[in-house]
Amino acid sequence: MAEATGTVRGKGAGAGRFVRWDVVVTALLVAVFFGGVGISPDFGNTDNLSFALGDLGEIALIALPMTLLVVCGQVDLSVASVLGLASALTGWLWNAGWAFETIVPVVLVVGVVCGLVNGLLVTRLGLPSLAVTIGTLSLYRGLAYVVLGTEAVSQFPAQYAELTTTNVPGTPIPYQVALFVLLAVVTALVLHATGVGRALFAIGAQEDAAFHAGIRVKRIKLVLFVVSGLVAAFAGIVYTLRYGSARADNGVGLELAVIAAVLLGGVDFDGGKGTLGGVISGVLLIGLLRNLLMLNDVATEIQSIVTGLLLIVSVLTPRLAGVVRERRARRRPAAAPA
Amino acid sequence: MTAVVEQPPARPKVKAGGGERGLIDLVLRFREAGILGALVVLVAVTTVINPRFLSAQGVEDIFLNASILALLAVGQTLVVVTRNIDLSVGSVVGLVAFVVGDLVSGTQHGVLVAVALGVAIGAACGLVNGLLVSFCGVPALVVTLGTLYVIQGLNHYIAHGEQISAAEVPGAILSLGNGDLLGIPYLPLISVAVMLAVGYYLRSYSSGREFYAIGSSPEAARLAGIPIRRRVLTAYLAAGVLAGLAGTLWLARFGTVVADPARGWELDVVAAVVVGGVAIVGGVGTVYGAALGALLITTIGSVLVVLKINPFWQEAIVGLLLLLAISADRLVALRLARVLRKRNVRHG
Repeated sequence: MAEATGTVRGKGAGAGRFVRWDVVVTALLVAVFFGGVGISPDFGNTDNLSFALGDLGEIALIALPMTLLVVCGQVDLSVASVLGLASALTGWLWNAGWAFETIVPVVLVVGVVCGLVNGLLVTRLGLPSLAVTIGTLSLYRGLAYVVLGTEAVSQFPAQYAELTTTNVPGTPIPYQVALFVLLAVVTALVLHATGVGRALFAIGAQEDAAFHAGIRVKRIKLVLFVVSGLVAAFAGIVYTLRYGSARADNGVGLELAVIAAVLLGGVDFDGGKGTLGGVISGVLLIGLLRNLLMLNDVATEIQSIVTGLLLIVSVLTPRLAGVVRERRARRRPAAAPA
Repeated sequence: MTAVVEQPPARPKVKAGGGERGLIDLVLRFREAGILGALVVLVAVTTVINPRFLSAQGVEDIFLNASILALLAVGQTLVVVTRNIDLSVGSVVGLVAFVVGDLVSGTQHGVLVAVALGVAIGAACGLVNGLLVSFCGVPALVVTLGTLYVIQGLNHYIAHGEQISAAEVPGAILSLGNGDLLGIPYLPLISVAVMLAVGYYLRSYSSGREFYAIGSSPEAARLAGIPIRRRVLTAYLAAGVLAGLAGTLWLARFGTVVADPARGWELDVVAAVVVGGVAIVGGVGTVYGAALGALLITTIGSVLVVLKINPFWQEAIVGLLLLLAISADRLVALRLARVLRKRNVRHG
């Protein structure tokens, strides 16, 4: 925490700014990694790391569109329910004798429709996304139960199931992580190197101004919600194959884990601020911490406490640092704090 | 949901034909009447299909189940009205139910001890939320998401796979959950009393109305000299206290408690509040509406059982109801804004 109040690194000219939280999270990540290697001999070996990474698969995937949404001041709480609905549908259609190759596109289309419903309610009616997606969180999860009840469907085709549990040949990288890296690069480019990305920040910072500057605010938001639904449905298929079990309650509560990762990565919940690098660090930090606690036989309950505390600290530190800086600046208006 | 249609929270008593205020008054009344109407239609249709739905036992069950949710909804209303949210209430209920159950089981403690313990734990949780949100200025959703995790983890850690069994809980406490006064069970009596008290406070005290002012426009509230931090802290503290009370009542009603019994309740509570006409962006809504929302959601659960509909539909229906409620609210607000604008033009 001391780091955040300390000196300004990087662009030294940014007077009045403290060290960016995403840098702090990345530093924490490095510290946890090397600390972990020191504490647990098993932590650093490639098998464990690739397991830890693969285990993050769905959270990491959904975190990408969620980052874009939060940057433009929106949130999608229905993602885990879309994941559950996708899983239940996959199981139901598989039971009904559909070919897996037909199931996948159908489920993805359902994900798109889920996202479209969210997006239309937010953009056409001007409703707050928090309220809309709490509603659809319930609705989509309910539909998942209506589709599959409490049944569990397993025995999916081996060649697809293996894709979620094996590594890319010759590397310690699980397939879903390779896919994540690919999508993360695309998302990072969109967010940080294109006009669309700048538009997202603009919408998050000041929506009215963005609108008057000619940004098609509604269109962009709608597309983001659709992408979020699509990715969540895809994550539902990955989840189903990885655990070899399609259930309506798959991924319950996962939305909170995704949002925790995004906020931990330094994206401002009020919109307009954040970096994708920070989010990736946030996702990895949560994943590695959980893995490290697990290796040391720390109860899973403590993992939940650690996640919660990290989340609180991640929003609290920058604010407190800001307050401290402001006070100091007021006391010594001329001299910049060392 | 901005500026144009922020209604005065305490409804001014305007005589018929009182112009804009009368119109706003009408719409506000219509909101709670709408939920009540939906409830009446739901009960009537169900009773026609299955007359046993309105049996004394059936009605009592609905009220018992609704009263715990209604207590939480009243607390949540205070928070949401100030343009904040408390996602941690469900985990507080679980923590309190378990810890209080653990502390009193095998003893002869009375109801007062149990309630005091529950309220104290709830107040502590509310205080943490409130301090973080109001004094540290951290977004409410993030803070209470964090405390949800922490309290949930704490609960699991303390419970450690154990459970409280009704046989160990003192009889005096169990009778709080299952006894009655003149034929009316204690639980609904407590919830109604709390609801009336909080409703009266919000409506009739200037400090109560300040909650609405903060939610309508934090900036204006600050300029008007309202102690925003203190009010927001109070809202969280009250929500925590009521969640603590709800946790104790949970123990009293069910006796048997596994770790984290109210998991996922935070969304039910938010749904009840929003269905009950409390705007998620703050400044609008009453505790009566929120309690009605809780009653409506609980009744739907019972109706599905009575009509032998797949109970899994309940979650979907609650979601749909929530979407309908916020959409209808929005459409009414837009229409109202248009009408008011026209009048203003006419009056010059």
